[in-house]
Amino acid sequence: MTATVALALEPTPVWYLLLAALLFGVGAFGVMIRRNPLIMFMCVELMLNAVNLSFVALARSLGDIGGQTTVFFVMVVAAAEVVVGLGIIVAILRRRPNTTADDMVELKG
Amino acid sequence: MNTLPGETLQGPHIDWFAISPLLVLLGGGMFLLVAAALTPRWPKGMYATFCATVAAAATAVSMVLWHKVSIHGPRLLVGNALSLDHFTLFITIIICVAVLLVSLVTDDYLRREKLDGPEVYGLFLMAAIGGVVMAGANDLIVLFLGLEVLSISLYVLAASHRRRSESQESGIKYFVLGGFSSAFFLYGIALLYGATGSTNYTRILATFNDTVPVVRKDALVLAGVALLIVGLAFKVGAVPFHFWTPDVYQGAPTPVTAFMASIGKVAAFAALLRVLLFVLPHWRDDWRPAIWVLAVITLVVGSTLAVVQTNVKRMLAYSSISHAGFILIGVEAAGHRAGNPSAGTGLSSAMLYLPLYAVMVIGTFAVVTVVSRTGDDATDLGAFRGLGRSKPALALGMTVLLLAQAGVPLTSGFIAKFGVLEAALDEHSYAITVIAMLSAVIAAFLYLRIMISMWVADPEVGDEQREAVRVPVGSAITIMAAVGFTLFVGVVPGWVISVSKHASQVLQK
Repeated sequence: MTATVALALEPTPVWYLLLAALLFGVGAFGVMIRRNPLIMFMCVELMLNAVNLSFVALARSLGDIGGQTTVFFVMVVAAAEVVVGLGIIVAILRRRPNTTADDMVELKG
Repeated sequence: MNTLPGETLQGPHIDWFAISPLLVLLGGGMFLLVAAALTPRWPKGMYATFCATVAAAATAVSMVLWHKVSIHGPRLLVGNALSLDHFTLFITIIICVAVLLVSLVTDDYLRREKLDGPEVYGLFLMAAIGGVVMAGANDLIVLFLGLEVLSISLYVLAASHRRRSESQESGIKYFVLGGFSSAFFLYGIALLYGATGSTNYTRILATFNDTVPVVRKDALVLAGVALLIVGLAFKVGAVPFHFWTPDVYQGAPTPVTAFMASIGKVAAFAALLRVLLFVLPHWRDDWRPAIWVLAVITLVVGSTLAVVQTNVKRMLAYSSISHAGFILIGVEAAGHRAGNPSAGTGLSSAMLYLPLYAVMVIGTFAVVTVVSRTGDDATDLGAFRGLGRSKPALALGMTVLLLAQAGVPLTSGFIAKFGVLEAALDEHSYAITVIAMLSAVIAAFLYLRIMISMWVADPEVGDEQREAVRVPVGSAITIMAAVGFTLFVGVVPGWVISVSKHASQVLQK
């Protein structure tokens, strides 16, 4: 009995895929319900990193190095997004402190 | 990979001349940013002239490459990461010409707004690289990198008017939603990688060619394809992934809107066409209905919501959504024959639509740039009232461009719309054709409203206090070029149709 439990609890790539899907869902949900631009931005980063985790898990189960190298590209892209995103967010918050996404309603129609 | 310890690392063979359009754009952009940072302010107009020259040079080398591909045939470059074929070069030429036209308008705009500097032009060139890479990618990760280079440049460009809070608002909206869609796109890549073991187009296609239908990892592939379509549909602004378009188009500086509407859309459609038709032809019966639905709701929602707007930039944003619907009809028609050697007219009709649309939309937004006056605020319908009396030539140019967008005969817009509808009829998609024609009628009302404002309505009360509309040289050149091209193609369409047929010869391996 204990042996089967231990076997069942051995983490397999599928576990990581499920975890990645969960993280991706948390991130997507966060972007949709949170109103602080910084938090929304962090949720986007969470989604990207969830994909990174799936890449690594898939690379592991396929026995292929390609998926793991892909992660480096994604990390670089995410870093570039941070630079640009924080720049824009700081520019807005400096002009209008405590801005939430609901305050950004100059553009609508 | 059994590399011996002493052996040096071998990179892939690189044919430098074959990637010269990218190198010219990259070198030009880097030189502009570095040299402008080290030297005192350049004389007026020099930044834009430099950017336009780089774009013209990239166009020229692309044309030379086109000729070479005609003789030697298409091939893969840089370790199968990029493909060199007429399709790539056609999109490259559209993008470079668009950069050239937009940079002329931007020069006048930046000096009027007292924002002149090299950054915007550097970002234009970088964004163009992203677009070219998206069109030529032969690997999903390369496509993702191109998409991000384009998108990140556009986020900055949208927020680049430092004194307008609308510009920053549009930048942050585009940024959050753009990052959101990129994450979906990337997840799609990950799932396809999981199902096929590779991100390379050639190897993905080979995997699908080889697999026995019974052992297909259906769920993974289908989810992956769906997420890829969501990511790209967001970038082309197809309904229901369009919600960012009106806000961003309205808030961004008007020349940047012209840039986004032309280059962003062209590059995203190029990527969509290549991925769906040449990587996933085996799944065409699964993705074609999705494209059908996207096309129909994009057409209907785009043209209907355009009519109720009062801001011209928002109206044109919705009109660009409905144009995306028309191009999707071409994609759908091409989907019927995906994977067949005897390709129908779908692909070439979509390829024909892209340059005609890009030129029209740049011309239209160039007029809006001029009319918006200092501060970039006068973009509501009222600001266009009486334009026919104060600036008849400008109003006439705008009228031609709007008629072209509506698809009136003797303009390029008619050729473009006729092409995709004919392709849809060839595939017996009657329902979508009828819906497209009805939505074109609804959209015509929108263009008519702007024309009535210009020619019939009296100027707004208080309009005399507003600064007069000036048409600077650069904008005038762009508008005249766009109007000239629109009319010329409308009267003599044969050559551009035959070029777009050549451009739909995609490298298939």
